[in-house]
Amino acid sequence: MDLDPEGLFRDDSDSESEFYQEKDFTKEFVVYLVDASPKMFGAAGSDEDEKTDTHFHVAINCISQSLKAQIIGSSYDEVAVCFFNTKEKKNLQDLNGVYVFNVTDRECLDRPTARLIKEFFYVEDTFMSNIGSRYGIVSGSQENSLYNALWVAQALLRKGSSKSVSKRILLFTNEDDPFGSITGATKTDMIRMTLQRAKDAQDLGISIELLPLSRPDEGFNVSIFYAELLGLEGDEISHFLPSAGEKLEDMTDQLRKRMFKKRKVKTIRFSIANGICIEVNTYALIRSTSPGSIMWLDSITNLPLKTERSFVCADTGALVEEPRIYFHPYKNEIIKFSTDELSKIKKVSNGQLHLLGFKPLDCLKDYHNLRPSTFIFPTDEEVVGSTRIFIALHRSMLRLQRFALAFYGSLYRPQLVALVAQDEITGSSGQVEPPGMHMIYLPYSDDIRHVEELHMSADAIAPRATDDQIKKASALLRRIDLKDFSVCQFTNPALQRHYGILQALALGEDEMPDIKDETLPDEEGLSRPGIVRALQEFKISVYGENYDQEEANAAAAKGCGSEASRKRKAMAETAARESASYDWADLAENGKLKDLTVVELKYYLTAHNLPVTGKKEALISRILTHLGK
Amino acid sequence: MARNKEAVVLLLDVGPSMHSVLPEVERVCSMLVQKKLIFGKSDEVGFVLFGTDDTYNELQKEVGGYEHIVVLRNIGVVDGNAVGFLQNLPRGNFPGDFIDAIVVGIDLLIKKFGPTNKGKQRICLITDAKYPIKEPYEGTKEDQVNTISQMMQTHGIRLDCIVIREKLPGADLRVMEENDSLLDQFSRKAIAKIVHVDSPTSLLGALKTRNISPVTVFRGDLELSSTMKIKVWVYKKTSEEKFPTLKKYSGKAHSSDKFATYEVKVDYEYKSMEDPDKVVPPEQRIRGYRYGPQVVPISSAEWEAVKFKPEKGVKLLGFTDASNILRHYYMKDVYIFIPEPGNQKAIVAVSAIARAMKDMNKSAILRCVWRQGQGNVVIGVLRPNISSVDNIPDSFYFNVLPFVEDVREFQFPSFRSFPSSWQPNEQQQEAADNLVKMLDLTPSEGEEVLQPDYTPNPVLERFYHFLDLKSKQPDADVPPLDRNLRGITEPDPAVFSCHKSVIDNFHKNFELKEKPKKKKSSKRAWRGKPSASSEEEGVDDFEAMMARRDSSKWVSKAIKEMQNHVSDLLENSYEGDAYSKAIECLLALRKGCILEQEPKEFNRFLLGLYEKWKDTDLANFFELLSSKNITLISQKEAPDSNVTEEDAKNFPVKAELKSQ
Repeated sequence: MDLDPEGLFRDDSDSESEFYQEKDFTKEFVVYLVDASPKMFGAAGSDEDEKTDTHFHVAINCISQSLKAQIIGSSYDEVAVCFFNTKEKKNLQDLNGVYVFNVTDRECLDRPTARLIKEFFYVEDTFMSNIGSRYGIVSGSQENSLYNALWVAQALLRKGSSKSVSKRILLFTNEDDPFGSITGATKTDMIRMTLQRAKDAQDLGISIELLPLSRPDEGFNVSIFYAELLGLEGDEISHFLPSAGEKLEDMTDQLRKRMFKKRKVKTIRFSIANGICIEVNTYALIRSTSPGSIMWLDSITNLPLKTERSFVCADTGALVEEPRIYFHPYKNEIIKFSTDELSKIKKVSNGQLHLLGFKPLDCLKDYHNLRPSTFIFPTDEEVVGSTRIFIALHRSMLRLQRFALAFYGSLYRPQLVALVAQDEITGSSGQVEPPGMHMIYLPYSDDIRHVEELHMSADAIAPRATDDQIKKASALLRRIDLKDFSVCQFTNPALQRHYGILQALALGEDEMPDIKDETLPDEEGLSRPGIVRALQEFKISVYGENYDQEEANAAAAKGCGSEASRKRKAMAETAARESASYDWADLAENGKLKDLTVVELKYYLTAHNLPVTGKKEALISRILTHLGK
Repeated sequence: MARNKEAVVLLLDVGPSMHSVLPEVERVCSMLVQKKLIFGKSDEVGFVLFGTDDTYNELQKEVGGYEHIVVLRNIGVVDGNAVGFLQNLPRGNFPGDFIDAIVVGIDLLIKKFGPTNKGKQRICLITDAKYPIKEPYEGTKEDQVNTISQMMQTHGIRLDCIVIREKLPGADLRVMEENDSLLDQFSRKAIAKIVHVDSPTSLLGALKTRNISPVTVFRGDLELSSTMKIKVWVYKKTSEEKFPTLKKYSGKAHSSDKFATYEVKVDYEYKSMEDPDKVVPPEQRIRGYRYGPQVVPISSAEWEAVKFKPEKGVKLLGFTDASNILRHYYMKDVYIFIPEPGNQKAIVAVSAIARAMKDMNKSAILRCVWRQGQGNVVIGVLRPNISSVDNIPDSFYFNVLPFVEDVREFQFPSFRSFPSSWQPNEQQQEAADNLVKMLDLTPSEGEEVLQPDYTPNPVLERFYHFLDLKSKQPDADVPPLDRNLRGITEPDPAVFSCHKSVIDNFHKNFELKEKPKKKKSSKRAWRGKPSASSEEEGVDDFEAMMARRDSSKWVSKAIKEMQNHVSDLLENSYEGDAYSKAIECLLALRKGCILEQEPKEFNRFLLGLYEKWKDTDLANFFELLSSKNITLISQKEAPDSNVTEEDAKNFPVKAELKSQ
């Protein structure tokens, strides 16, 4: 019996949560370093007529989105936001032209809070009056705002050991030549100092990443200055950001993707044949995001409660240690298993991926799925040559339209997997699909249900659509076509609302946010005459002319009562009649309810519209509750 | 409870040609019975063998004929002995007649249930159908099948038939064809399903060992628009069969306690942080949701009032090219949409759309809220499932797709950007091509190997096997995975040895090299005593360590290590052979301590050394020091020092004076 199709009550074992959440041993400290020079406030697009956004806006937008993602991700990452080339200064070192943005109740480098997100979202409105923008590096001045900014960022990242924390500076700027306005010895001096500062930071384990913003008509030339600052060499320079986006949205998209830090799930061995065993990293690119776990609080103090678990022997009521032995009833006996035995049973293979062979892609059916896929990408870190073999197989599989069948012996659930090669796909906003293989978890025969056979009848041949009906359907398909549908274009309305409410409550706001449900069908589009006509034609072709009328008639007939509902009604009437012949209050008073039969008890329950399930004791207590005893 | 009760008669062919697969037949049938003992205790089972040496069935007594058919166990509620029957099936020496066996099976069911229990009676036939069946007394074999089908239909009996044929030469093709066509006739005339498998592994997966009555997730309209709707029922198509949940055992019950449950219950108590002895009652608890560092308290009533509450319904958003939805975006187990049973119009409407989608290679995008009160919506993709069986209508498969929040767009380097040493050359590519081509699991003749539909779960197989074993032999060890299950977890040696040349060629073309683990090597430099050859490295490592600025710990660690190193050198020195190395190290240490403002560390160490060894034969080492300009660190060099410049210069002479 599948009583729980949604798996709401599924026993979440530790191993399962391990599958859904990557283990993040390393948290991340990030300083967003945003150029606030007047150049950032120039129009970003090339189109003069359109009201165009500024690069500054793009940067703020990206950071806003990323902060939101971080707070939802329930991670312990810490962030700081820092502007440079500002009029005002605010930083511990009291350096000119650098402004560290922060809100109350929060360290400069700390976990993002609801307030930070909210105030940062509106930072542009008051930026000019409160913080101000100016060129930081101008001729005739010894000021070096970029140097100062790196220094401040580095100082912010001082806490935490670089072993357990990954530290990053994300630099947003649209100036590819920050020292362009000055010349001579001062220039070389300043460049040298800045590079040294960057190198110092990098030596301390801080990675500096550049997120360049550029206009379509003038590219961002990374080789003028930043290549050296980032330590790019040779090919890396040309591969660095091949093209800035044509459109501003593309740029936002690109930046957003680059802001993520790649986190692998684990490294596994992939054994191909006779001792050839390469190494691959696995990544969880797609996992459903849930609203996060709850904590129990004391409703008086609002302080978190400590949960204590204790084990009680059901027979004696004695407290016991956490048992190491489990049992399963079988043939009227109990069969005991030790935890060791259980894990031995589950271990049918080592943790590796074993290649079994290849099959054409059409052997992978639409119903061969159970869980979100896992992405695998080769690594040469410990087994040199892995990448080369992986690329060769990847190419062959793409060319021959085959997938690899393999057995993945994970401890959680060892199972057959299909490895589907995915070629790299790039769009205007950069990489859309990374090159690699997707591991698709296949069901076993016990997991597949033959539901379609359930209603099979021997004599009735199931009707099929005629060619004409199919033609009408095709016309409909052509009409309601989502041309640029992309798989993840919708935000999850339930999650958005969840976090909207939490944010409002965290900030003490009364107004609950209104979240737009993007997943509703486009009613307006569907009511276009062409579509309405196609729908109507299809409907007549499969249902006939008077379908709605027939349905209405059928529904009306049903209203008079189907057999079942008539029966139910009759039962209720009988129950009410029978129930009236007992003095329930008196019976309850004298504890005589237990002398009645279950059938008699059910009269009362049915007559009062109460559930009639459960054992006799349950029925009695339900009646007592209802009587207010 | 009895609503889902079913009755199964297993008809097992034990004739000579079946002997090789009987172990698997025994296994899969015991599994079926075992699962019934656990999940369907009131189900009834009966076993009939055919191809046996003996004959024992009622029909033979009543009307004659029906030879070599033995009713091993009449239909009855499943019990522990039933498993025993199946574990030692007798091997028969006569060709089995599966039509006769079916008749005996039907007879058992009819005698037991009469006209009742329709639709919950099943006959499972496992045979290789290699021997010709007997000519009937009257009419043709086809007529006979028709009559039997008719009878099965009137009594609501289903037939599941598994035809197992390993690739064996010398079988009579003509007979097999005739038999197959007779079996196919059943699937047309009665509710029957015929499955062909060609390996013992698939046999283990081909029989549904657990009877799960599916429940609909949704019944209602598939809304193409507000005016055009199709009535559908939605079920789960796949759903993971989990490892059984075992209970925690407690041995505390008294041995005389007949009603002991032996269970351990888990109690949760919520206690306040301030007062760990105080238990907070449930009504005083409130849920808190994390939002960044904050925890937001909210009661379930409040939450109910504000949370997202979509209307129940399944709505079409539109159609799109199938290529827009890559396979790896499928998120969960799969649903199936079937047209409302018996609703001819719905069946035609689904058929029309499914076939149009198939022809045009399109997918449909749906938004689904299965039940009223469900707190979220599901976006997913509908794919056509064109039925190949006449009496099964066309349907759709539905897969859940991710939302924006569910996707992490990590960027990976393009393969083209990798150095050429990582790119396969032409020859290597060819070797890979050959491997992919030759290790083919879909042979041109025979069935696809390891189809998910016929592949059993090796872990569950092993669990149930072990469970039964333990019931007889409590101290049994976990059995190793048997040969047929290993065919799932490991590559098939037959396939691999058959293409040995391809694999060898692949092996020859690619070179793999293990790199030593990095972590260990860096540690080794600082653990244990450095050997004589690593002197210079010692100094280099010291400098590298001193230069690390990510933590102040490194400096003190470096100094400590270096001090130990120098002490070790001197201690092990023989006639001054380690002096020069020790001097070098001391120089580095001194320099480092000045740079890092740790003069006291150095001074204390040097004085300590002197104190320790001034009266030994190492004393001449200290004379060497002044010549190499190794003095105490003075205040002039490092402000933190409390040694004057003069004192520093006079070391070790001055130290001598001081100590006196």
